Amino acid sequence: MNTEKVVFKCHKIGGGKAEGEAIVSSDDICFYVVDPKTGKVIDKNHSLQGKSIANKVLILPSGKGSSVVQADGLYQLAMNNMAPKAMIIEHPDTVLVVSAIIMDIPIVDKVDRKFYEIISDHDWIEVDADNEKITVIKRSS
Amino acid sequence: MQLTREEEAMLNGKYGEGTAFAMKVLVAIGNAFGAEKMVDISRAHVALSNQEADLWFVERLVKGGARCKVPPTVNPAFDLEYFQKHTHLSPKDIETIQRTQKAYKEIGAILTYSCTPYLEVNIPRFGEIVAFSESSATPYINSVYGARTNREAAQSALCSAVTGKTPLYGFLLDENRKGDILVNVEADIKDDFDYQLLGYATPPLAGHGVPVFVNMHQNITPEQFMNLGAELATSGSVALYHIVGVTPEAPSLDAAFHGEKPQREITITNEVLQKVQEKISAKPGKIDFALFGCPHFTIKQVREIAEMVAGKTLKAKLWIMTSALTKELAKKMGYLEIINDVGGDIVADTCWDQPCWEFLSNKRGVTDSAKMAFYSKRRDMEFIVRSVPECIEAAIKGVVQ
Repeated sequence: MNTEKVVFKCHKIGGGKAEGEAIVSSDDICFYVVDPKTGKVIDKNHSLQGKSIANKVLILPSGKGSSVVQADGLYQLAMNNMAPKAMIIEHPDTVLVVSAIIMDIPIVDKVDRKFYEIISDHDWIEVDADNEKITVIKRSS
Repeated sequence: MQLTREEEAMLNGKYGEGTAFAMKVLVAIGNAFGAEKMVDISRAHVALSNQEADLWFVERLVKGGARCKVPPTVNPAFDLEYFQKHTHLSPKDIETIQRTQKAYKEIGAILTYSCTPYLEVNIPRFGEIVAFSESSATPYINSVYGARTNREAAQSALCSAVTGKTPLYGFLLDENRKGDILVNVEADIKDDFDYQLLGYATPPLAGHGVPVFVNMHQNITPEQFMNLGAELATSGSVALYHIVGVTPEAPSLDAAFHGEKPQREITITNEVLQKVQEKISAKPGKIDFALFGCPHFTIKQVREIAEMVAGKTLKAKLWIMTSALTKELAKKMGYLEIINDVGGDIVADTCWDQPCWEFLSNKRGVTDSAKMAFYSKRRDMEFIVRSVPECIEAAIKGVVQ
């Protein structure tokens, strides 16, 4: 098996360092419609419906949902050890950003377009928010 | 981000761990949105929710010694004393609400327990910089008063209340208050209920951005603004809108768009509103109850119901949720007695999205609130959505025809 490492710059929103398997969402996410016990998305018609975001590096466009439920959803996931390890977001909104920060989940934005072209589910990603660096490890057999 | 010496001191723990944590959250938000500095706030409203994360967060701040520099008003949970008399509550639900109430009291919040503080006790002036969470409050504050707030999370609003600061970004800046989408209202907007439908219908058609309404009535009431904003923030995430010739930042079309052209233009017709009502409402039929007050009813709305039910007999149970202040007024003015006489009640300090209403699970109700109908799926309730007079007629007959 061959591995290929690609490094990208990013912008720190919430600090910290984490690594995990990538999961890419093409839709905005509300953590209140993710099952806190399994980490599986239960939002109907969502691109990740039925897939788990637990302990992965979540790549998403933006958050959605009321000023209350986003934080509660992420909190419940974290209490069950089912929260994402880190988040890479395109259009940060206040409600999602606050939720990630209070749960101490590293979150970054402003990543080069090329990142979105090469990234796919199951790639391994290291997010070093403090040093504003993302490392993608692509695996090919 | 440039911090003042005082802000640095807060961040570094001079005022305790709670304040330091609140400042850390605000600095992170500021960095996320490219804010250059913090600004002072003069008011705040926290969307207390009595849910797990809400309680965890406020208790963490309290344990760290935080006290609010700017005391915020807070959202409703439920009136524990009232519901202990009327229904069974689990020991866990009782413990949670007691802890929520205690923590917010200790942190120094103003315990209004109402989602419409902007009509009663927390009213900003034009241009005032504030931190308001709660989906019906944010658009009212920005649009109707012309005060300035971002669409705060409950937690970020609480951090601002503790520190007295918010990062300078988003809707606090002139350039982001410009209109984006022209909304031409061709539909006949006849009553308060039509503002609910208009609010719910607009965001999916308009897309992201600040909507600017034209062809609207020129003398819109507080209840109508309240309905419009609550629904704009339910079906979309609208934090600011303008109505040309009505709201303060839109004396003219040109002013609303800051001299630029709209990005898009949409038209709302009677047909669009009709379709929205069909979409949000359950099918007509028998009802078990009528529930009002999402957002909390004003005294004028309480009066409207009291006048309609006086001397009648109701086949369905009826509740109106409102603030403690409005309930007190309703008592003084005789409306509470009228409503009690027909078997209805006025409930203070309470939101429908709380465990105290579990006895309504798997039952069908009628309401004027599209917002309540939208979120109620989570609590296994079903709502037929109608105007208030139609709801009252249904409560008298026990059925929506």
